[in-house]
Amino acid sequence: MMDSLMLDALLAGLCLAVMTAPLGVFVVWRRMSYFGDSLAHSALLGLAIALWLNIAHFLAIAAVSVLIVIVLMVLQKKQSLPNDTILGIFSHTALSTGLVMISLLDTPNVDLMQFLLGDILSIGPSELWLLASLSLIVPITIALTWRALLLMTVHCELAQVEGIAVTRIHLIFSLLLAFVIAMGMKVVGILLITSLLIIPPATARRFAKSPEHMVFLSFAISCCSILAGILASFWYDTPPGPSIVVGAASLFIVAWSLPRRL
Amino acid sequence: MNSSPIIQVHDIHVKRQGKWVLQNVSFELFPKQIMTLIGPNGSGKTTLLKVVLGLTKPNQGTVRKQAKMNIGYMPQRLSINTTLPITVEKFLLLGKHRKKSHVADKMAEIGISHVASHPIQSISGGELQRVLLTRALLNQPHVLILDEPTQGVDVNGQAELYELISHIRDAYDCAVLMVSHDLHLVMAATDQVICLNNHICCSGHPNSVSQHPAYLSLFGDAANNIATYTHHHNHHHDIDGSIVTHPKASDDG
Repeated sequence: MMDSLMLDALLAGLCLAVMTAPLGVFVVWRRMSYFGDSLAHSALLGLAIALWLNIAHFLAIAAVSVLIVIVLMVLQKKQSLPNDTILGIFSHTALSTGLVMISLLDTPNVDLMQFLLGDILSIGPSELWLLASLSLIVPITIALTWRALLLMTVHCELAQVEGIAVTRIHLIFSLLLAFVIAMGMKVVGILLITSLLIIPPATARRFAKSPEHMVFLSFAISCCSILAGILASFWYDTPPGPSIVVGAASLFIVAWSLPRRL
Repeated sequence: MNSSPIIQVHDIHVKRQGKWVLQNVSFELFPKQIMTLIGPNGSGKTTLLKVVLGLTKPNQGTVRKQAKMNIGYMPQRLSINTTLPITVEKFLLLGKHRKKSHVADKMAEIGISHVASHPIQSISGGELQRVLLTRALLNQPHVLILDEPTQGVDVNGQAELYELISHIRDAYDCAVLMVSHDLHLVMAATDQVICLNNHICCSGHPNSVSQHPAYLSLFGDAANNIATYTHHHNHHHDIDGSIVTHPKASDDG
């Protein structure tokens, strides 16, 4: 019984790493970690709506994230306030609204910690299937838009002049990010999902020789962190989400303390 | 020869944050012509380029371009996040149907082969400008649009870069529309100057513009010191400032 639980957790972790590696490198390159954080915080609003309406968590979270992605894109186009101010207002408003809504629920015993910090060891078969299918869609979409995304990262207007539909590509990327954050909530939780997006790429940067190389290194590092976190949680009964992040952070510190050429 | 304009800009007005950045701007760019936009900071030069490129929608006015026209664009500044591990060659290969051999040829032509395998964040300002120029040339442009091509380049390098641009015009038979700050340098390397200060103050051949009262009042003392830059040194510096013997020596090392 324990073995199958662990196997499910490992599979879920693998699926998540397949998605966070190619998305995470772009989050780092395009300085979008605050954007990721905001999406993650708004996931709690989605969760509250799901609990209120009694619908599937992922569905509500994804819907709220998609809505927020679109509203943010519209607001950013207007440039009435600085980007980070808009993100900050959104992220905390959504988080607080979610918490208030959950507290008003008739069923008061919602285990918030499970959503804030994740619980990879309690992942069910339906969630695993969802994760598995997303883990096919995300890398394939990134691979198809790879050059466009990379050129936009280098210089957005240059990309536009060279005929890339930058708004569409940016929307696709943001939506993928929203889905992955919604899914990742189960694994490492709302508070920690961004760390899985940025710490492995930041570690990989130390040794990466090309953009593609950095994606593969990030994937390997994510897998190691997730494995370490799950094992630690199993052996020492530590919370799995934070254990995974501690694992990733340890690898980061080791990587940047090592001499560059191994 | 083909004398119809390849770009026609007509009566452009652009308003940003309640202020008119561009008003009543019209001009025509002809094949093989080098046209330079000069003007003080905030005069709308970059905005005008963006309107021509289709990146900014004007509040009023039209930009007509010849059908099937390739535009090579060189942006003003490229600040690439150091977390992105990308070499110069890889950057130039980013795009549709780019062949390694073609990119290598262009790098050799512009004289940046020696930095091909360097991380793009590590090369000098002059080298970066040449890399951007190389990229602009990759898809056989009919028009080059250059936003301050000599930014971050020392004076000798600037003269050399302008020389390279007029060489490119001849080699590629393309028109050039560029923004520049370098008054005295650009005078020698341009066919037509537009002096911009939210509207077109004056325009014409560089010699006539430099005598124009509107130009003189806009640039004041700086304008009085202009001598068209034509003198020659007994040796030659490349864009990094090191001495070279041939103006366009390409480094195969």
